[in-house]
Amino acid sequence: MKNKLEAKNVSVFYDDFQALNNINMSFEENAVTALIGPSGCGKSTYLRLFNRMNDYIESFRLEGEILIDKKNIYNKNIIVEDLRKNIGMVFQKPNPFPKSIFENVAYGLRIQGIKNKAILRIKVRKALQQAALWDEVKNDLDKSALTLSGGQQQRLCIARTLAVEPSIVLMDEPTSALDPIATAKVEKLIYELKKEYTIIIVTHNMQQAKRISDYTAFFYMGDLIEYNKTEHIFTNPTHDRTQNYITGRFG
Amino acid sequence: MNKEKIIEGLLKLSASITILTTIGILYVLLSESISFFKEVSILEFLTDKEWTPLFVNKHFGILPLVMGTLLTTFIAVSVAIPIGITIAIYLSEYAPNKFRKIVKPLLEILAAVPTIVYGFFALVVVTPFLQSFIPGMSGFNSLSAGIVMGIMIIPYVSSLSEDALRAVPKALRNASFGMGATRLQTAFKVMVPAASSGIIVSIILAFSRAIGETMIVAIAAGQQPRLTLNPLVPIETITAYIVQVSLGDVAHGSLEYKTIFAAGITLFLFTFILNNISYYIRKKFKEQYE
Amino acid sequence: MNNSKVNRIKDKAFNYFGIFCTLIGLVILAFFIGNIFYDGITRIDWDFLTALPSRKAEKAGILTAWVGSIWIVVFTFLIVVPLGIAAGIYLEEYGKKSKLSELLEVNISNLAGVPSVIYGLLGLEIFVRVLGMGNSILAGSFTLALLVLPIVIVSSREALKAVPKSIRLASFALGSSKWQTIWHQVLPASFGGILTGVILAISRAVGETAPLIVIGALAYVPFTPSSPMDEFTVLPIQIFNWISRPQHEFTVNAAAAIIVLLIITFTMNGIAVYFRNKWQKKINW
Repeated sequence: MKNKLEAKNVSVFYDDFQALNNINMSFEENAVTALIGPSGCGKSTYLRLFNRMNDYIESFRLEGEILIDKKNIYNKNIIVEDLRKNIGMVFQKPNPFPKSIFENVAYGLRIQGIKNKAILRIKVRKALQQAALWDEVKNDLDKSALTLSGGQQQRLCIARTLAVEPSIVLMDEPTSALDPIATAKVEKLIYELKKEYTIIIVTHNMQQAKRISDYTAFFYMGDLIEYNKTEHIFTNPTHDRTQNYITGRFG
Repeated sequence: MNKEKIIEGLLKLSASITILTTIGILYVLLSESISFFKEVSILEFLTDKEWTPLFVNKHFGILPLVMGTLLTTFIAVSVAIPIGITIAIYLSEYAPNKFRKIVKPLLEILAAVPTIVYGFFALVVVTPFLQSFIPGMSGFNSLSAGIVMGIMIIPYVSSLSEDALRAVPKALRNASFGMGATRLQTAFKVMVPAASSGIIVSIILAFSRAIGETMIVAIAAGQQPRLTLNPLVPIETITAYIVQVSLGDVAHGSLEYKTIFAAGITLFLFTFILNNISYYIRKKFKEQYE
Repeated sequence: MNNSKVNRIKDKAFNYFGIFCTLIGLVILAFFIGNIFYDGITRIDWDFLTALPSRKAEKAGILTAWVGSIWIVVFTFLIVVPLGIAAGIYLEEYGKKSKLSELLEVNISNLAGVPSVIYGLLGLEIFVRVLGMGNSILAGSFTLALLVLPIVIVSSREALKAVPKSIRLASFALGSSKWQTIWHQVLPASFGGILTGVILAISRAVGETAPLIVIGALAYVPFTPSSPMDEFTVLPIQIFNWISRPQHEFTVNAAAAIIVLLIITFTMNGIAVYFRNKWQKKINW
């Protein structure tokens, strides 16, 4: 077992409001870790720390360290753009660009300066295959991504993320806008992807966390209450709060 | 019940004044132009290369006025469009919120200053300044008038383009950042293409505004209709011609009097076409995000 | 240097370029205005404000010009405010989705883009000649009222639109008629926004030159008007007249008159921005 990511004494503030309170946590490589907890518990803020998406919030302030492969990603000499090429993110709602399917997947490659058409085609195809979307769209690569269904759009966004070959994929409630059938497809995909990627997923759906994750962390009001193997959390939680939350008594 | 109906009727009447205005404009322009074209052939109007209705040797070719108008317009938009769009991108993608809130009303001042004041700037400040390093430049020219007009039009371009950029869903920006794109890459590869129709509308309106602008060119560009692309010599625009004739004593019903309506309908056609194109793009664009 | 570093430098460079573009127009304008103040401020005194026009630059004043501007503004206001607000109410509250309102909408958007000099031609034929008003204040006011009417209509609509539905429903539920609801609830709630639009429209009218020249407003008026049927001049036309003269003394006069015009324009715009901000804070229901 190898630790891919680590949070060390992490606290987050928005002006005077403390959103996360001294979190210590490490994530295993090639595993799926689920972050659960009621709305406003800080789990999305926490997720966005790993690719520094909170940097755009003017009042945001961080204490502590986030280490990826033992390196603090908030160090001054880190180039954020490079960091994000290594850490993909999939958002709550599918957010394809208003471009063709091909151009959506090729976007990350193009901004890295890859212009060779043959390389682009190979990488786009590979990413679409990984995202289990290739067979559905292989004849329509030039069509607008907005013509796809919601579930297909989300898988396209996953393909877009995978195309630049990150080692970590962050997912912020990736199925919350999808119907059950599309959700099942995305979940199956996540399960497949962990062979090659380290995945951190925020979810509201207890069943989903139980189905797809290896580890589960329960957050409450900015505190990490409990973090353990998923089966352990769901069968034998140490804390009452966790027990109450996963059995649906609050949240 | 009855009172309600009467009130609604009055309100409807007020709104209909705007339609009467349009009909009035069309009627006035058409009726005087038609009587103009009874005396001057449309062919001469469109092909003669001289416009000298106020001289003894009269020519009625609109081309020199159109050329003057397009020349000043082109200079103005080449100032306003790049600067305006850059401002829009900067304000929506880069600027800290506080800065944006201070700068936006300040930029609006540029459009609020009366055009007569800009005319003064062009003639009294900009032309002498340019003359100091462009030796052959005349006191009246399209370059100063165009540049100053461009500065005036900047906020029209920047504010409409910024609105269009802000209307693009935030999720697209986040997706691009999330993949490691810089703000610049995000702006030009995602945001600008997604906001393109709104930006095009702002460009069209800038053209339309520049074509119809009157006082700056009347003061600083001269009163010599001339078929030229030289920005350093005096020219005359359609609008400046109308002002020139209005300042003199031209008898109602004379051919000279009618020329301003013939010039007016030409001007109206240009702006009418541009305004309608922008209206339909805007409408389509609205539907796209609804 | 790797790719990301190059991209980063480009990104930074554009940031500075953006700041430069944002400030360049403002800096130039500030320079212009500074220049004008430098040229004209010493020319402004009590005599300048109260003297009649004259062929001698040092004796000439702007009395007839600013009095004429006030006449024009007052009458333009009286014409455009009821018309513009009524039209705005009709479009926003009554005529929604009808064929007529669709036509009105295209039409108003078009009118807003018609060059002001064309309005001058309209006023010259209709108000000056057909309706027999002559080169009077009334003819000028009607012409400018039509010119700024789209501004008032559009901003009234925006202001009415910002009033939440719940207020209307609450009023209907208490048994108010549609007009009672609009008159007692919706209009007062949208007052700030409408006022902002009206001030901006009037400020635009104060600075307009071309349409008034076209309808035959005179550059030289040796008396202050005493009725709306009198001939008139306005500040911008007086300025235009002085700019057109080659002598330096008249340029100084023009600069001085521009200072007066700018003070009026900026004051009105400042008030409008103040009301808009105040009102926008209030409507965050």
